[in-house]
Amino acid sequence: MTTPEPAAAAPKPVAPKYVPPEPVLNRQNGRLIEDRFSTWPTEVFKKRWSRPGYQRGAGMLVAIFVGLGLTGGLIGELAKRADGFYALLGSFAAAQGLPPLALDAGWIAIKVLIVLHIVLINGLWSIWWERKISAHIQSRVGPTYAGSPKGFNFHGWAQTAIDGIKLLLKEDVTPAAADKWVHALAPGLVIAPCIIAFAPVLFGDGLAAASLDIGTLYIFAFAGISVIGIVMAGWASGNKYSLLGGLRGAAQIVSYELPRGFSVVPILMFAGSLDLQVISNAQAGYWHGIIPRWFIFYPVVGQLAFVIFLISSVAETNRTPFDIPEAESELVSGFHTEYSGMKWSIFFLAEYAYVLLGSFLLATFFLGGGASPINALPFTWIPSWLWMLGKAMLMMFVFLWIRWTLPRFRVDQLMDFTWKFLLPWSFVNIAVAGLYLAYWLK
Amino acid sequence: MMSAYAVVYAFVIVAVGFAAVTLGAAKLLRASVPYARKESTYECGIPAVGSTEVKLNIRFHVFALLFVLFDVEILYVYPWAVTARELGRLALVEMGVFLGVLLLGLAFAWRKGALSWE
Repeated sequence: MTTPEPAAAAPKPVAPKYVPPEPVLNRQNGRLIEDRFSTWPTEVFKKRWSRPGYQRGAGMLVAIFVGLGLTGGLIGELAKRADGFYALLGSFAAAQGLPPLALDAGWIAIKVLIVLHIVLINGLWSIWWERKISAHIQSRVGPTYAGSPKGFNFHGWAQTAIDGIKLLLKEDVTPAAADKWVHALAPGLVIAPCIIAFAPVLFGDGLAAASLDIGTLYIFAFAGISVIGIVMAGWASGNKYSLLGGLRGAAQIVSYELPRGFSVVPILMFAGSLDLQVISNAQAGYWHGIIPRWFIFYPVVGQLAFVIFLISSVAETNRTPFDIPEAESELVSGFHTEYSGMKWSIFFLAEYAYVLLGSFLLATFFLGGGASPINALPFTWIPSWLWMLGKAMLMMFVFLWIRWTLPRFRVDQLMDFTWKFLLPWSFVNIAVAGLYLAYWLK
Repeated sequence: MMSAYAVVYAFVIVAVGFAAVTLGAAKLLRASVPYARKESTYECGIPAVGSTEVKLNIRFHVFALLFVLFDVEILYVYPWAVTARELGRLALVEMGVFLGVLLLGLAFAWRKGALSWE
């Protein structure tokens, strides 16, 4: 190295231009990758679209979405022509010489399996979505690498599927102090009522597996059974934290079920039915041709009922502002401390299924079901199942948003909130709805 | 077509079957290497002391009783709510009296301290 030239006349010192550090390169599976943790987030994020893996992954994700949309559309459009399809199946069955009972059984099996797959795919989708949302809200690093054997690592799109395989193969540790049978039965008792509760859920106009005239009551009744599974899980684990978590879970879920049940009473009064399809139809039309006649837009009553129902739905799923039953900082993780592998993941499948259930119920009760929010041609042309899905996804985003934004309640505040605030206000709401019925809606 | 409740029965079968198949498949697939240390109760790493058969606070029981009270009330309110429009104002006033009595009960429980967790 030569000696540097002596500065003749020292120039005015200029602040050096900021040069961003080069991304550190690292090797993974023999390929060079960027070490995102030393350069995260801005430097790598600026260049992400120039990475071929990112482009291909984005293409793949778009393909997945288009595929899911087309599948959903196919099911939705097929379901519109369900009678014709049923007749087609009937002629097929007649040609094969099958009894009519087999035809009905097959028809019901198709419906039930479609709904079951909605619940399962929702697990894949919403867990990934929740992790991405949590990453954005709390400046974490969400799923990033998963799904990249050939570089298709767009936002770790395969994370949940891979997690599912891992959990399926993971060892299941049952503690020696546990009651083996009850311990094994508890996850089943949480997930089964949850799937059963999806029977009358409305996925679009006329798109329900079973059009029950007591739909609302049916959903609340079956969703309530899962509490028993949570108490069983806590009781059978042989762990004092789990026991406390299970009992707290029971007290909480049971307490929040009351405002949840009472908050829909005004809706039932306006709609005059427990059938979700009738409730959805009652919200058709527009006031002055502009404002949709959704129950959330009924002054005071609608908004109050919506807020109470939303809060109690979040509480029913044991999610963060209300996650006292599984509070990590005080109860390890509550009723599922002693669970691992598939049993553990079933609890989470049920949690996300309840989030989906709550989203669809909110969309049906308050957001007009499959009705378009704007009374204009391109919007009213969009099919009802797409509106329903969009509204449910919006509500699901609210669920996830609440979870990652709000801190946890203290246990006494939690119980005070439902018994001394939500429950009295839901009674007030019923009274106001009664006045509406007597003087306004007649 | 069969009645809508046939679908409900199918849902019961599929849901129970799903739980059984998932847990059963996991049992067949997963590894199992149990030993005493692994099977010990996890209470923050130190060995657990005592059994879980501990005395629980009475407040859980109080809340359970209150829940049963109000949950049965929901069952009375729903049929009225569905027919509220046809039944008219007299039924509205009657339901007001019914809910008022139960609200008095809630106020009584509140005053007696049954609703406070501590």
